[in-house]
Amino acid sequence: MEAIAFYVFAISTVILFGITALSKNVLYAMTSLAAGMVMISGFFFLLGADFLGVVQLIVYVGAVMALYSFAMMFFDATKDIKEKHGNPALVFLLGGLMALVFVVIFSAPIIGENMEALYPIVDGVGNAQAVGMVLFTKYLVPFEVAAIMLLVAMIAGIILAGKKMDKSLTTTVIEENPEDEILKESR
Amino acid sequence: MDATILPEVTAAGVIIKAILILAVISAIAGFGTYIERKVLAFMQRRLGPQHVGPYGLLQLAADGIKLFTKEDIIPQHANKIIFMIAPIITAATAFIALAAVPVFPDFTIPFVDVYVPSIASDVNVGILFVLGMMAAGLYGPLLAGMAQSNKWGIIGSARTAVQFLSYEVVTGLSLLAPIMMVGSLSFVDFNNYQSDGTWLVVYQPVAFILFLIAGYAETNRTPFDLLEHEAEIVSGYVTEYSGMRWGMFFIGEYANMITIGVIASVVFLGGYNDFWIFPGWLMILGKIAFSFFFMLWVRAAWPHVRPDQLMWLCWKVLMPLAVINVVITGIVMMIG
Repeated sequence: MEAIAFYVFAISTVILFGITALSKNVLYAMTSLAAGMVMISGFFFLLGADFLGVVQLIVYVGAVMALYSFAMMFFDATKDIKEKHGNPALVFLLGGLMALVFVVIFSAPIIGENMEALYPIVDGVGNAQAVGMVLFTKYLVPFEVAAIMLLVAMIAGIILAGKKMDKSLTTTVIEENPEDEILKESR
Repeated sequence: MDATILPEVTAAGVIIKAILILAVISAIAGFGTYIERKVLAFMQRRLGPQHVGPYGLLQLAADGIKLFTKEDIIPQHANKIIFMIAPIITAATAFIALAAVPVFPDFTIPFVDVYVPSIASDVNVGILFVLGMMAAGLYGPLLAGMAQSNKWGIIGSARTAVQFLSYEVVTGLSLLAPIMMVGSLSFVDFNNYQSDGTWLVVYQPVAFILFLIAGYAETNRTPFDLLEHEAEIVSGYVTEYSGMRWGMFFIGEYANMITIGVIASVVFLGGYNDFWIFPGWLMILGKIAFSFFFMLWVRAAWPHVRPDQLMWLCWKVLMPLAVINVVITGIVMMIG
């Protein structure tokens, strides 16, 4: 049963991400990427990591991909994109090498057979609690650093977006503000 | 509610449960449109549907026949595949979300002795799963709007992304305070926490109101239905849809309304505990029905908001309130 589910998820993930990489249509690429993210959460559920599976759903499917698609709205989604291939041989070589390196990195511990769970599942402790314990003991410093990074990014985002926020784009009367740069650009 | 005395959940039971949810909720979603029209008509001193059948009850069948027999139009310049699967995404995610919430009481089918559980799939992070699935539901309107190459559709899908992403934050933060109090993400634990008769809404009134507002925004109900605001953008993301594909968006919307009703009832309103002489299954049905009615009431009472008012409400009012609520809950829990 588990094997069937695993192969279903694995094959559909590979196919969907394949479409993402190979399709020339923005909409197809975006949809298959989002669907592939859903399929990845299936692996977490299979492994008994319900919490991480749900986080995968909320963060990657619900938030990250939705922001991508919001950006995609500024393009004409119905037309195919013409990709520029300046040096196909070089792209092929570099891409292939990177794939090879990743395969070696991830398969080395499996071949060496020294994979062991540093934080095995404790009976009676829920998924969320287990993640919380590790996060607030061993990985506290990376966790806090990540929090500060997000804060910095948020402040930067507000500053970038907040320029001229006190001036309204829609309700300003044009004659009264002839020097308004935003309105000049939009005309 | 002792978990140990319950019979074992079999695969057959889960499959029966899934079919049951699909059949009953689709029917209720159809019936919901009738109720909605009647209730709105009553509140606005009109009669509502009354010509087809007694009290217009067969209006439901007439609508169904109309939807099924209408021509399925796919615009020439639309992205056909995405255009066709977008309604399915909305309906599917709505029903997948229902898999992890307790709908209907549990029972055993006589003669064949198959136990049908109350929750189709009792994942122990139930609340997050439902929120995640409802978040994934935004791809329905989003892709529908982008695939139809219609400017009203694009505006509709842009509003989808903005509205759903913003209000997801409020839904999550408002549910965080009750989650902190109960200390679990499972709906069963929420129900058991309130088994002494004190509903969580007593401790968390702010979170309850925030959750309802954000829930209405996420289910695209009228004060916040900017995705298909007919006065501004024709029909938003459903402009080009017809027939059953259009119908599927609304089955999904009504299923989501029921999901929000279930979450509100289980998390804040005491769940399926017995109350006085009423058995638990009647209580939960009554609570879900009331929260459904409440959505219609809100629709009748409040006008549309503007998009900028919607964003103002979310980021400048609801989100700070939700964060303050979480902080105060944390401080009270630490002292108490």
